[in-house]
Amino acid sequence: MEGKGMARFTFVGGIHPYDGKDLSKDKPIRDLLPAGELVYPLSQHIGAPANAIVEKGDRVLVGQKIAESGGFVSAPVYASVSGTVKAIEPRRVVTGDMVMSVIVENDGKYMEAFHPPVKPLEQMSKEEILTAVREAGIVGMGGAGFPTHVKLSPKEPENIDYVIANCAECEPYLTSDYRRMLEEPEKLIGGLKCILRLFDHAQGILAVEDNKPDCIELLKRLTKNEKRISVKPLKTKYPQGAERQLIFATTGRMVNSTMLPADVGCVVNNVDTVVAVYRAVIEGRPLMERIVTVTGNAVSEPQNFRVRIGTSYRELAEAAGGFKEQPEKLICGGPMMGFAMFGLDVPTTKTSTALLAFTEDEVAGMEPGPCINCGRCVEVCPGRVIPSKLADYAEHFDEEAFLENHGMECCECGCCSFICPAKRPLTQEIKSMRKIQLAKKKKK
Amino acid sequence: MSEHFKVSSNPHIRSKLNTSGIMLAVIVALLPTAGYGIYHFGARAALVILVTIASTVITEVLFGLYKKKTTVTDLSAVVTGLLLALNLPVSIPFWMAVLGGVFAILVVKELFGGLGQNFMNPALAARCFLLISFPVQMTDFTYDTFTGATPLAALKAEESVNVMDMILGRTAGTIGETSMIAILIGACFLLLLGIIDLRVPGSYIVTFLLFAGLFGGRGLDPAYLSAQLAGGGLMLGAFFMATDYVTRPITVKGQYLYGIFLGLMTGIFRFWGKGAEGVSYAIILGNLLVPLIEKVSRPTPFGYRRHGGQKHEK
Repeated sequence: MEGKGMARFTFVGGIHPYDGKDLSKDKPIRDLLPAGELVYPLSQHIGAPANAIVEKGDRVLVGQKIAESGGFVSAPVYASVSGTVKAIEPRRVVTGDMVMSVIVENDGKYMEAFHPPVKPLEQMSKEEILTAVREAGIVGMGGAGFPTHVKLSPKEPENIDYVIANCAECEPYLTSDYRRMLEEPEKLIGGLKCILRLFDHAQGILAVEDNKPDCIELLKRLTKNEKRISVKPLKTKYPQGAERQLIFATTGRMVNSTMLPADVGCVVNNVDTVVAVYRAVIEGRPLMERIVTVTGNAVSEPQNFRVRIGTSYRELAEAAGGFKEQPEKLICGGPMMGFAMFGLDVPTTKTSTALLAFTEDEVAGMEPGPCINCGRCVEVCPGRVIPSKLADYAEHFDEEAFLENHGMECCECGCCSFICPAKRPLTQEIKSMRKIQLAKKKKK
Repeated sequence: MSEHFKVSSNPHIRSKLNTSGIMLAVIVALLPTAGYGIYHFGARAALVILVTIASTVITEVLFGLYKKKTTVTDLSAVVTGLLLALNLPVSIPFWMAVLGGVFAILVVKELFGGLGQNFMNPALAARCFLLISFPVQMTDFTYDTFTGATPLAALKAEESVNVMDMILGRTAGTIGETSMIAILIGACFLLLLGIIDLRVPGSYIVTFLLFAGLFGGRGLDPAYLSAQLAGGGLMLGAFFMATDYVTRPITVKGQYLYGIFLGLMTGIFRFWGKGAEGVSYAIILGNLLVPLIEKVSRPTPFGYRRHGGQKHEK
């Protein structure tokens, strides 16, 4: 299957973990209608939290705004069901934090709020498109949660040369983007066209890993007559979908930690985000749903759901037939960059890509040993730093050496920890140090 | 079902390869060489190998008791013992082999902090220690009825050598250095598994060959160059000692530099020095330069231009 002779774009470094996608990749997207209460954290994105504009006891409809954007770098939140606001209180989210949330008791009627009709794309101005994206509450749905309208408003839009749709889906086990591409490719392409309207000189790129040849073929066929859109097959390798690596693979341009993609004329958005843009601009619908993969060896029937944002993870697990075996570890997102979960009673958010349930936590039994200097971390590091040394500096809190050796260039992809034969927690050490340094920078 | 789950920071998966797996692969890769040594030199070679490994393993276990941490299971002590034995002449007194093993583990490795902390290859450092302390016994390569000068010594004395014998291993030398074929079989095994790569051995051997061609005194005489390649533990050194993770640079560029340095030093020792051999000393010297090499070969991070300065960009 590999390559089939097509040009493949890639970067230096990376790993090839077991991808586990066979568990769920052939399962069509199923609609999941939630039964119980829905929880809408007011901070599902990077930036200022949204401000609730409903009160306890208010009746809300599907697609009604329940929280207003808290600033430019922020995003509004919409109800995904109809019902009554039960409470506005702090609730636990996947990361374990308590976050102020609007809780809605679902009445099961799914009554829609009124959406004003939208103008055809051709008649919309750039400002109108941007406003539609901003108003729809769209954020980066691949996991980062950066407000999309901010990404789409670079200082000099005429200098953007490439709009890249990140269809790599390089995280093992995840198949939500894959299903989205197969089942709704026209929305992906349509969304990309909406974004291209904002950047007059830009080319659109659909960047797909070549372990999804069916998607590549389908997208190629559908974009045959699109002058401004091309499909680029990427070599299947983790982290091919990491923003900096993706930009390099598709355009040959390089971004470091001190730069933004726009600095090299690129804008990158994930599949689900681009589809959300389509829904907002073309259909006038705010962001209320996303595709979530529920999988792992503890899950009875691994599959992909179209989930109303705010649905509890417990409902997701139950909809997938529950657990056939006692899971030892739950992960929100992929196994490389996802969060380990404390429990199932947390809501899905705009950035929830998956629920993974494993019967065994393979990391727990591994006793870290001394570094034998084998250099595997150096070879796999896409940031081209020396993870083993950075982890050492972090461990001994040698900030100067950490910065001097480009510790901030780490993108926390996890390749070094994955590959380390001594099973040292390299990424984890580096991550903690980076957090401290980023916080210090903010203070200044 | 229980509602308690294990929580840890990402990533949540790990590759299967671990430290003892790597060490085991190296041991397996050394088996052809050890096997040929026993076939060639007789049963005493097997005894030397066993005694040396026993001494390194027991030292590791005893030191483990002292530091209250069992580290012998990582198999690195077995690798050290085996490598040291392969670098000893078959006629070495057993007590010397034991002394070498203890020195390798206790002085070179454990006293500097154990696996990963030693700055010299323990087996090579022990060999050099023995070579300096007991030069007579360490260079007595007599076996069977053949009072052997090593092929390299013969070459240096302008005698002729049989290159085919050297490649197959039918010559005098230490237990593991004579057969180029056996060593290469093991090296290929490690290369195929991805345990080692050609960066260090490749640049080492190429540099040495160039040096030999230029300064060896016989120009590009293929027989002479092949003899230089096959002799004096160059193959064993290049593929099994110079590739030692702990004591070679971790940076890719640094590994090439290190290999080139080893090639130059080996050439200098062999052609301009008094002795006929120089692999051990070249590698030990190279080990000492590793911190410096790593410093000058630090990779340019992704997204930065290659320039002289190494300042962190604000």
